[in-house]
Amino acid sequence: MIPANFEYHRAGSVDEALSLLAQPDVYTKVLSGGHSLIPALKLRLSQPGALVDIARIAELRYIRQDGNYILIGSTSTHKDIANSALLAQHIAMLPEAAGLIGDPQVRNVGTIGGSIAHADPAADWPGVLLAADAEIVLRSQAGSRTLAAQDFFLGFYSTALQEGEIVTEIRVPIPAAGTKSTYQKFMQPASRFAIVGCAAVVQVSNGTCSKVRVAFNGVADACFRDVNVENALAGKAPTAENIAAAAAQAAQGVSILSDHYAAEDYRKHLAEVYAKRALTVVAG
Amino acid sequence: MSVKISVSINGKKYTSEVEPRQLLVYHLREALGLTGSHVGCDTSSCGACTVLVDGQAVKSCTTLAAQVDGCNVITVEGLAKNGSLHPIQEGFKEEHGLQCGFCTPGMIMAAADLLQNNPDPSETEIRHALEGNFCRCTGYHNIVRSIQWAANKLKETNAAVL
Repeated sequence: MIPANFEYHRAGSVDEALSLLAQPDVYTKVLSGGHSLIPALKLRLSQPGALVDIARIAELRYIRQDGNYILIGSTSTHKDIANSALLAQHIAMLPEAAGLIGDPQVRNVGTIGGSIAHADPAADWPGVLLAADAEIVLRSQAGSRTLAAQDFFLGFYSTALQEGEIVTEIRVPIPAAGTKSTYQKFMQPASRFAIVGCAAVVQVSNGTCSKVRVAFNGVADACFRDVNVENALAGKAPTAENIAAAAAQAAQGVSILSDHYAAEDYRKHLAEVYAKRALTVVAG
Repeated sequence: MSVKISVSINGKKYTSEVEPRQLLVYHLREALGLTGSHVGCDTSSCGACTVLVDGQAVKSCTTLAAQVDGCNVITVEGLAKNGSLHPIQEGFKEEHGLQCGFCTPGMIMAAADLLQNNPDPSETEIRHALEGNFCRCTGYHNIVRSIQWAANKLKETNAAVL
C-alpha cells in the first residue's frame, strides 16, 4: 500500500513545527511515531499535503514530576511510559496500559501524543487518561491551552485539537496515597487493539471505596467514563459482592459497537467482565 | 518533491533521494536491493519487515524512509560477519526455527532487539518479545528454542549481539 504524495518537513523545535503547521493552503498533519498516521496514509483515509515530523524534538520527550503532577511529553513512546519507574510508583495503570499496546516494535516507536490526537475508539490511552483525570496541553502559534481529558476526546476519531495545534504534554495528577489503578484489556489477537479495555482507579480507606473512576475503550464509538459503575461502588465496602454489583452496571445507556470481532451483547458482557476484573485488582 | 536522506545501513552509508511517501521497507528492497526484509501483512501486524533503527526493532512497512535520515539501520543482511552466520541465525538453523522462512528475517531482528536488552530471557519473555511477529508454519516452539540457543551461544562466547 502506497500513500498519496505529500511533502515532508522535520521540525527541530516546537516553534518550528508550529510555523510549518501554520502554512496557509496546505493541509498539514503532524507526524510523531507514525503508527496511527502512516496506516491511515497507506489506506488513503488521510491525504495531507504535508507532514511535519516532530518525533525528534527533544523538548517534547520527557516524563517528570512537577508538584502533584507527572508530566509526560507528547513524543514519549509507549516504551518510555512502560519503563517509567516514576509512573509505576504513582499511577501503575499507565505503564501497565503502555505495555499492552501493540507489540514491542510498535511500543518502540508509537507515541502517547500521536495516539490521543488520532483518538481511535479502540486505542488504549483515551480511556486510561479519562480514568486518570489527566489534562492535555495543546500549543499553537496563538499560545497554549490545557483541557481536561473529558473535554479533549469528543467522539469517533474526534478531538478538540484545532488546526495549527500540537499536543505537547499530558499532565497526570498524582493520586492520593492508598489509591490503586489498573488497566485490563481484552484484545484483538493480531492488532492487539482493545475490543474492551477497562481503566479503573479507586481509593480504599477505612474499608470504603472512594474516588472511583472507571473508563472504557473499545466498547463504544469513543472512550467514555462509566459513572453508573463508579456510583455503584463509591461509598461501599470493597467486597466481592459490591464489586460484582458495580461491574454489572457497565456500559449501560451507551451505544455499544458491534463488529465481526464482538457483537453488541458479547461486548456488553465483556465490559462487565473486565470492569469486575479491574475493580477486583484495585479494590478487591 | 523528493527529500535527500543519508542513512547508515548495515554499516555502509547510503545517500538517496526519496519521495516522502516512500516506505522504508520498499526503499530497502526496491531501491537498495536488500530483499531480506519482507512485506507480509503491510499493516504493522506481522513483523516480517522488522529492522533495527538505532538499535530498536521497528516495522519498516510503517516507517517512512525520510524518518530514518541520519539513523543507523540494521537489516537481516547485516548480521552475518565474514561469511559466518550470526548466532541468532545459527540458532534458527540448529533448532529448525523455520519452515517456509518468510517470517524468519523479522523473527531474527526482533530476537536481536530482545537479546541486546535481555541476554538471558526466560521462555515467557521470549514469547512476549515475539508478540509483533507472526509465523504461520512452525507454531513458535522451535523459534523460541532457536532464540534460547542463540542466547546460550552468545553467553558462552561472551559476544555482543551487534
